[in-house]
Amino acid sequence: MKVRGTKLSHDEYMNQVISVDHHPEIEYAWATGIAISKFLEGLKQGKIYGAKCNDCNRIVCPPRIFCEECFSPMVEYVELPDTGVVNTFSLAYIRTDASRREKPEIPAVIDIDGTTLTPSGFLHLLDENIPHDQIKVGMKVKAVWRPEAERTGSITDIMYFTKLED
Amino acid sequence: MLEQPKGETMKRVAIIGVGVEGFRPAIRDLSYKEMVYRAAVKAYTKADINPREEVDTFISCEEDFSMGTSITDEYAPDQLGGAQRSVQTITGDGIQGMAAAYMQIATGMFDVAVVEAQSRISDMLTPNQIQHFALDPIFVRQFDSTHHSIAALEKQAYQHAFGVSDEVIAEVAVKNYQNAILNPIAAYGMKATKEDILDTEVVSSPLREGEIAEHADGAIVVVMANEDVVKQKNVIPVWIKGISYATNTPNVETRDWKTAKYATLCADRAFKMAEITNPASQIDIFEIDDTYAFKELQHLEALGVFKFGEASKALTDGRFNRSGDLPVNVSGGVLGVGNGHDANGLQRIAELVAQLTGEAGRRSVSGAKTGLAFSWRGVPTTAGALAILSAE
Repeated sequence: MKVRGTKLSHDEYMNQVISVDHHPEIEYAWATGIAISKFLEGLKQGKIYGAKCNDCNRIVCPPRIFCEECFSPMVEYVELPDTGVVNTFSLAYIRTDASRREKPEIPAVIDIDGTTLTPSGFLHLLDENIPHDQIKVGMKVKAVWRPEAERTGSITDIMYFTKLED
Repeated sequence: MLEQPKGETMKRVAIIGVGVEGFRPAIRDLSYKEMVYRAAVKAYTKADINPREEVDTFISCEEDFSMGTSITDEYAPDQLGGAQRSVQTITGDGIQGMAAAYMQIATGMFDVAVVEAQSRISDMLTPNQIQHFALDPIFVRQFDSTHHSIAALEKQAYQHAFGVSDEVIAEVAVKNYQNAILNPIAAYGMKATKEDILDTEVVSSPLREGEIAEHADGAIVVVMANEDVVKQKNVIPVWIKGISYATNTPNVETRDWKTAKYATLCADRAFKMAEITNPASQIDIFEIDDTYAFKELQHLEALGVFKFGEASKALTDGRFNRSGDLPVNVSGGVLGVGNGHDANGLQRIAELVAQLTGEAGRRSVSGAKTGLAFSWRGVPTTAGALAILSAE
């Protein structure tokens, strides 16, 4: 398919039109607080934590200090298994810098086993070596953890989720 | 422009609950969502309201660059109890958010509205860069002076025009830091002398460090409702009699450096709405932006409480003290509570509500029935927002 529009060269874009450049140096360090700190510390230990709402009895992952459904405080943490179900996925061929991948990254939303009422979990990656025609919504998956010494208390302490054989 | 509600079509609007978390120089033990949740729970308890069933609309006042996330409003609902409800974000001061809520209630569209504003400056490692980023990119941002220099240019012009000394301006800071000692939400209460303030380092002349409000983290949630709701609830209402916001100009070349014209524009509108003709006699307590100490005097004059250049004498005569006839910034102001940026306006509102509902404890100004809150959006803006609140 032909690309729409007319491409400008770098020289045309940057040098043939008068413009003013600015490169802000802006950095953040978001404090993760009570519940997400608990979750990230858990990842470092190879554990996935959720939280239970004692009013509506939901178990959610990641944990939070309040239930957004009934606005009650959530004070009980629950250790969940490191397995789940693919809620949805995509084969991603374009990087953030617009360059193209030969082998796609596979972002997927994983519903963690043990969460209740409405399943919950987080977005992560699927194992790139799973044959693409085998990846399905509803596929059972299991976390593949980084070696303990390399974990930093980050969502990337899980390297990816791989297919759990039936 | 907003008009005084008249007849049966416009409803009276009250504040029925305020909750505050912070302010502290840095809140690192809670995430921003947890911080807002704690403020929200306090507000809903005071307002005797269940946010999941009784609030019609939520307004969050926050900016992408301050929060560090683009389209940051998407992350606003849960911690307010607003999941899957009507939520909007206003990238401005909390009083601007209140003005939107006021209109939504006064017109009868909604019965109950929640307004939230927060500061998470401690999540920014480069706050000066973000402030610098607000300057005009073609002209002003090319120079490396900090944003405080813009305020210094303004202080210089104000002092030159009206003959106000550094000593007098230092007294604003002394009063407000001292007032903050009695305010549990204030981060920077302290006893300082005029000499202490004048001894602090010059940041950009004539502005010294001690005259500049330090950053603080915190969140404020305000619940607003119409008269029908007020009657059904066990609450002490504070009525909104006038509310307005205005911007003078973004251009540093054409703005009025001396007189804070944006405050005059706000006063023109809100005073008409609240039927205020003589603010000094009709208003009992003032909460006025003092992000830079001279701003307290400049704003009071621009609001018409004094003629230009005459606020200084009232200050040195002690009239702005808690026991004076025109108490100004009994909360400690932005200097004393801490610069909460978009939450500064709601800091002013929180103090007036505490005063007008008899919950100000040892800070209480006896007989206060009507209060004025004025907030400024800070450098480099010429944007302000004003609310007039009344116990009756």
